[in-house]
Amino acid sequence: MVWKKHDYEDIPGSYVFDGKIAHSAYAMNKLFYSFNDESCREEFNADPAAYCDKFGLTDEQKALVVKQDFLGVLRSGANIYYMAKFAIPRGVSVQDAGAAFQGITGDEFREKLLEKREGLEERLKKEGGYWNG
Amino acid sequence: MAEIIGGITTSHIPAVGNAISDGLTQEHYWKRFFDGYQPVHQWLEEKKPDLIIVVYNDHGLNFFLDKVPTFAIGCADAYQNADEGWGLKPTAPFDGDAEFSWHVAESLINQEFDMCTCQEMLVDHGFVNPMRVLFGDHEVWPIKAIPLAVNTVQHPLPSARRCYKLGQALKVAIDSYPEDMKVVIAGTGGMSHQLQGERAGMINVDYDLECIESIINDPDWFADQSTDHIMEQAGTEGIETIMWMVMRGALGEKVNCLHKHYHAPISNTGAGVLLLEGGA
Ligand SMILES: [Fe+2]
Repeated sequence: MVWKKHDYEDIPGSYVFDGKIAHSAYAMNKLFYSFNDESCREEFNADPAAYCDKFGLTDEQKALVVKQDFLGVLRSGANIYYMAKFAIPRGVSVQDAGAAFQGITGDEFREKLLEKREGLEERLKKEGGYWNG
Repeated sequence: MAEIIGGITTSHIPAVGNAISDGLTQEHYWKRFFDGYQPVHQWLEEKKPDLIIVVYNDHGLNFFLDKVPTFAIGCADAYQNADEGWGLKPTAPFDGDAEFSWHVAESLINQEFDMCTCQEMLVDHGFVNPMRVLFGDHEVWPIKAIPLAVNTVQHPLPSARRCYKLGQALKVAIDSYPEDMKVVIAGTGGMSHQLQGERAGMINVDYDLECIESIINDPDWFADQSTDHIMEQAGTEGIETIMWMVMRGALGEKVNCLHKHYHAPISNTGAGVLLLEGGA
């Protein structure tokens, strides 16, 4: 039994959510998926560790979830969209989680993104045909 | 007979829906992005399509990772939005058209696209935000809507080429529906963005603009690209842009571009709005 290697594993700084990751982190993503239901969110909040046991998380994943270590949770195979169901209600946006990978704050992360806007309108004018108000 | 009168591309990210809900669309951060939809609104107002097929991906509302259909189509009379875990108030339900959906599903399957048919389908932000940004908020939506979900979340994903071919088959399906109906296809998601990993926050404006030109004039350029290459250029989540190819395939070989708009960043992404009509 062996996981086949993929070229996309060589894309730097990227984790492609494939069968290998989905398989190893299935229980944890299932736990996050349950948060679509408000009563599950409440049950988790009442006793996070017990809720992790109910879903059969590994000890390592359980520790990350209980600590609300969002970066650790992502590194151990949480899908970003499922992780969002855990993080967003706790005041941590997907951008904050992305920033944590680079060791910067969410505000610094958003600043860097805003740089993409500089010169954009001139650039599009040069391309031609783009709407600009 | 039913007829595809045009295709639209749009972002579907949660932040777009939040900006609408919070009344921020005319704030500096958002204004240029939202204003870029005005020509599309005018066109929709003028053409009054009867039905829209929204090509999107589910992000863990209707489908969990236990069962991930590569392509799924709603075959119900109505579709509900629901809480995705963030406690947001769901929108009003969307009217579908079960007869139309079942015809499309049958035609697609006969054309060797083995669709997953869904008689119940919760629609998440990937479907709802395009509807809100295109039509505004409604208690009763002014158009029938059908969800067509593409797996862009759990690899292996369908290729850009496969999505393009699905669009071509969708055209055959719609063109053969006996009722007079004006249909619009929306390809949603993208453009470049990456949400996780050390490369999170990347936006590739050059690549986005190349994709836009390709979608309009040379869809084979994009269709020929591998999933790996698209992820490398557009980010692991930017792969969503392959869903635009379903829309593009449904318009036929040549298109007239009535409107093109690009903005970055909105949240983590580059955002492209296209309004296309099938051309000669
Ligand atoms: Fe998405």
